[in-house]
Amino acid sequence: MSIPLLDIHHLTFEADRHSILDRLDLAVQAGEIHALLGANGSGKTTLAYVLMGCEGYMPSAGNVLFNGTQLLPLKMHERAQLGLTLAWQEPARFEGVTVREYLSLGKPECDSEPALKQVGLDPDRYLKRRVDKALSGGERHRIELASVLSMKPKLAILDEPAAGIDMLSINHIIGIIRTLKEGGGSVLLITHQEEVALIADRASQLCAGHIIFSGGPREAVDHFRGRTCVRCDGEVCGYVRP
Amino acid sequence: MSDLEELIRVLPMVGAEPSILNDTGIAHVVAHGHHILSHRTVPGLHVEMEETPDAIIGKMVIDAGVTIAQPIHMCFGLAHPTGVQQIKIDVQVNDGAQAGVLSHCLFPFAKAAEHRMQAVMTIGPGASLTYTESHYHGPHGGMQVLPHATIKIGRGARYFSDFSLLSGSVGTLDIDYFVEVEEEGLAELSAKIFAHKTDNISLKEAVTLRGERSRSLIKTRVVLADEARAEITGITEAHAKGARGHVDCMEIVQGRAQASAIPIVKVFHPEAKVTHEAAIGSVDKKELETLMARGLNPEQAVELIVSGILR
Repeated sequence: MSIPLLDIHHLTFEADRHSILDRLDLAVQAGEIHALLGANGSGKTTLAYVLMGCEGYMPSAGNVLFNGTQLLPLKMHERAQLGLTLAWQEPARFEGVTVREYLSLGKPECDSEPALKQVGLDPDRYLKRRVDKALSGGERHRIELASVLSMKPKLAILDEPAAGIDMLSINHIIGIIRTLKEGGGSVLLITHQEEVALIADRASQLCAGHIIFSGGPREAVDHFRGRTCVRCDGEVCGYVRP
Repeated sequence: MSDLEELIRVLPMVGAEPSILNDTGIAHVVAHGHHILSHRTVPGLHVEMEETPDAIIGKMVIDAGVTIAQPIHMCFGLAHPTGVQQIKIDVQVNDGAQAGVLSHCLFPFAKAAEHRMQAVMTIGPGASLTYTESHYHGPHGGMQVLPHATIKIGRGARYFSDFSLLSGSVGTLDIDYFVEVEEEGLAELSAKIFAHKTDNISLKEAVTLRGERSRSLIKTRVVLADEARAEITGITEAHAKGARGHVDCMEIVQGRAQASAIPIVKVFHPEAKVTHEAAIGSVDKKELETLMARGLNPEQAVELIVSGILR
């Protein structure tokens, strides 16, 4: 196997003396959609924040290589400039900022229309709208994904990209994730929805901040159903904290 | 360069084209200090302006039922570092009339100057007035800017005001508006201020909802940088059945600036309702991080968030 695009080794993160990520190892290959499954509180979103470098999410131990570069010493925008980005589960709202501006952040010459069309929004209706409270949750999610598409990242971390999306529109979201891959990018896909997880090339299950399973997406979904602790004590998933 | 030419030169800084002063279909008044430099009126609009040593005293009347198609431009200012300008104006928008006023306040070189506005506006039943006041100040600060107004909004009338001071350093700004709204009337007051250096901002907007089903919104956006100070007071009282008011204040504080917000809501009728929200602090962390996750550095991200808030 080639050198992974994202190579996480023994990543450990604690908050209020509680272990949230526990010596986590994970690799995402270039061009791969990698689904990350896990019960609520298993550490999925924390992993996303640590990788992106959000404030207050500095790990206490471990190492992360992104495209051969040490990621953890870098500031958030430096990580983004290397080609890493994150789409939040509940995206921020921006008073006064238009969708056009939001989709062309740092790239004023960027053509935002294709990305909007790919997420199923009419550019004529949306480009001049503001990324504010007037957008519905579903519209805001789609615009977040359009923003990621516009950026053309090497690796997009998508945290519950289909949350708040109606059933008929899930296929749009799946199409967007595939578009990211077809454009040469990779996706670390955090999801609870089976039909979304199954489009992945590989999938891993997180329990108590530790990867307890990696394999094909079907196997991972089945494993998740049968081997998940609600409050991890190792009795179900098999992972026992040291 | 004459005073008129100097004021015209900086008009684009508040988004106005100098050519408006040559357009016979657009009413305007241009005043430097206590001198009227240029004025024009249009059918249905009556403007009387008197120069006195201490003030310009004026009256603006819009005839009942008339719609003034183009905004009325009022350009006030001083083209010198020092000076005083006091405007006392009575605005009457008669029954069913509609008009917009763009007030351009231009002080490009002011260092120790004073600009006072005392306005009384009466919006008749079913009438509508949109009043937009944009300030342009140079970098020196040191001014005293005191816009004070009393606005009476008649039955079913609508009043929209939008005050903006987005560039330069003002010195002291003391806004004091008092608005009364009658039955089914509407008042929307918006203010956007970016204060720098040692600017000292006091903004007091008080709305009294007197009539049934009267409505109001006070929306304030203030960004404070350097050592600026601001105290924002939004007061709404509801006295009648079905009256609805909302106060929405956001202040972003940067550097060593300090801000306070005082929303005061009072309800005197069981079927009236007034709500308020106030947020003071630094730029929202999630907004900042979202933009940084797209590659903007912290300074670029703050600039975009602040410019959005002040639109």
